[in-house]
Amino acid sequence: MPTDIFVKRRNDSLIFFAALGALTVGSIVITKYDLIAGFTSIGKALVWGAINFYPNAHALTRLPDILEKLWETVLMSVASTTVAAIFAALLAMVGSRTTRINSFFSVIARGLASVFRNIPLVAWAMILMLAFSQSLLTGYLALFFGSLGFLTRAFIETVDEASIHAVEALRATGASYSSIILQAVLPSSLPQMISWLLFMIDTNIRDATLVGLLTGTGVGFSFDLYYKNFHFHEASLVVIAIVITIMTIEMISNYIRRIIL
Amino acid sequence: MTRVSQVPSPPQLEISHVVKNYDRAKPALNDVSFSVRKGEFVAVIGPSGAGKSTLLRCINRMTEVSGGEVRFEGVSVGRLDRNELKRLRSKIGMIFQHYNLVDRLTVIENVLHGRLGSKSTLDGVLGRYSRDEKQQAMDVITMLGLSDHVYQRCDRLSGGEKQRVGIGRALVQDPKMILCDEPIASLDPNASRIIMDHLKTFARTMQITLIVNLHQVEVALKYSDRILGINNGRLVFDGGPEELSSERISQIYETEIVAHEELPRPERVGLRARYAN
Repeated sequence: MPTDIFVKRRNDSLIFFAALGALTVGSIVITKYDLIAGFTSIGKALVWGAINFYPNAHALTRLPDILEKLWETVLMSVASTTVAAIFAALLAMVGSRTTRINSFFSVIARGLASVFRNIPLVAWAMILMLAFSQSLLTGYLALFFGSLGFLTRAFIETVDEASIHAVEALRATGASYSSIILQAVLPSSLPQMISWLLFMIDTNIRDATLVGLLTGTGVGFSFDLYYKNFHFHEASLVVIAIVITIMTIEMISNYIRRIIL
Repeated sequence: MTRVSQVPSPPQLEISHVVKNYDRAKPALNDVSFSVRKGEFVAVIGPSGAGKSTLLRCINRMTEVSGGEVRFEGVSVGRLDRNELKRLRSKIGMIFQHYNLVDRLTVIENVLHGRLGSKSTLDGVLGRYSRDEKQQAMDVITMLGLSDHVYQRCDRLSGGEKQRVGIGRALVQDPKMILCDEPIASLDPNASRIIMDHLKTFARTMQITLIVNLHQVEVALKYSDRILGINNGRLVFDGGPEELSSERISQIYETEIVAHEELPRPERVGLRARYAN
């Protein structure tokens, strides 16, 4: 007996929104969150920001200092992302359904990627701090592990999507595994992989600020220092510098994407 | 004309009692046996999902058989180890419905991919091709009428041109046999005719055996020396085009009662009623 598909669709969405509503209300009740106070405080925060949180002339004298720290942070993000990308590419070849050697290694590679991805960046930084204390290396490794997890996952999907047909054709010609990877898989998926890499660099510069806050390095630490000493004008300058940097990097990567894709 | 018994030499390809099960429910191939002589142009016809693609892929072991034996030039394909299998595949070209090219590479790079099976791993990895190989690729491209597109990326080509690149890639393998899986199913009639003409010409002049899966019976009748009809995993017809009466055709394409019964009853009635009007 055929069920009416339209009735089924409508019931499905009703159930979905009812569940979503129940979750929201439940969370608000349990955490005793005051909805009205929450929204009105946004206004107060904006007013406070307009009065205190802008760079003044004195803050601008600190600019060279801030830019140096920012540069350090950008370089750390780029270095950790690119190195992670190389390892992620290797893991992706093993993990992808199209190029895997066997299903055992594939599961291992996917599992590794999933573990790295699902440990939050802050947790990575905390754990690594035990071993490397407050240093650039700690931040570098935290970003490296996070990126490795994410990029492996993204690369696996890119490889699966871009090259499955060409791989079949080359296998049928009797080409060796490594030839197939270098002659078919990489040419098909490299542009998309570079696009992911650029995205990851964007994200990592943002995250490096947060990690720097914990590891006491880079521009994140500058922000923390100024902020906690009530030097809000300097702190606001740090934020503006970060935003401009990220926007610039995003524009550059968009330009690169347009050319390679 | 195409009878195997008249030929003294052993057939190039022998398929005997091949069975393929993807799952328990219903075998994709069920006890299929036939043999093919060198240089024959064999068309395989039958409804979608009958097992044509599976049959083709069992020959070069892109799919492993569940039972029975495939012999190519007297060698049992199922017994080959990895390196021997690569050597076998390098002698058998393959052409696909969706061309299966690396779209971002140029025509000549895609054609040269056909040489990878005959190269050392290092040369293959680095993409080093000899002068002779490049010349051979150029000759093939010229023969296929693609000389204006040699350095063009394949995603800029039309479907018919892409398929010609696919043929080029198979030809530079110096293959003894080419397996064609629905080579014209995504092409318009004119491009289809060009592709089929090319295949026919190469098969004749280079003595390459062709096994071509086709949807279009009239194309099979026009081009092939011999036709195999597959229905529901079974070989139901094996003979020359002249033996393929319209009665036999409808037999090949007849959907089995089993397949019908999988549909729920009311829909069957509904469908039939709609088509009756």
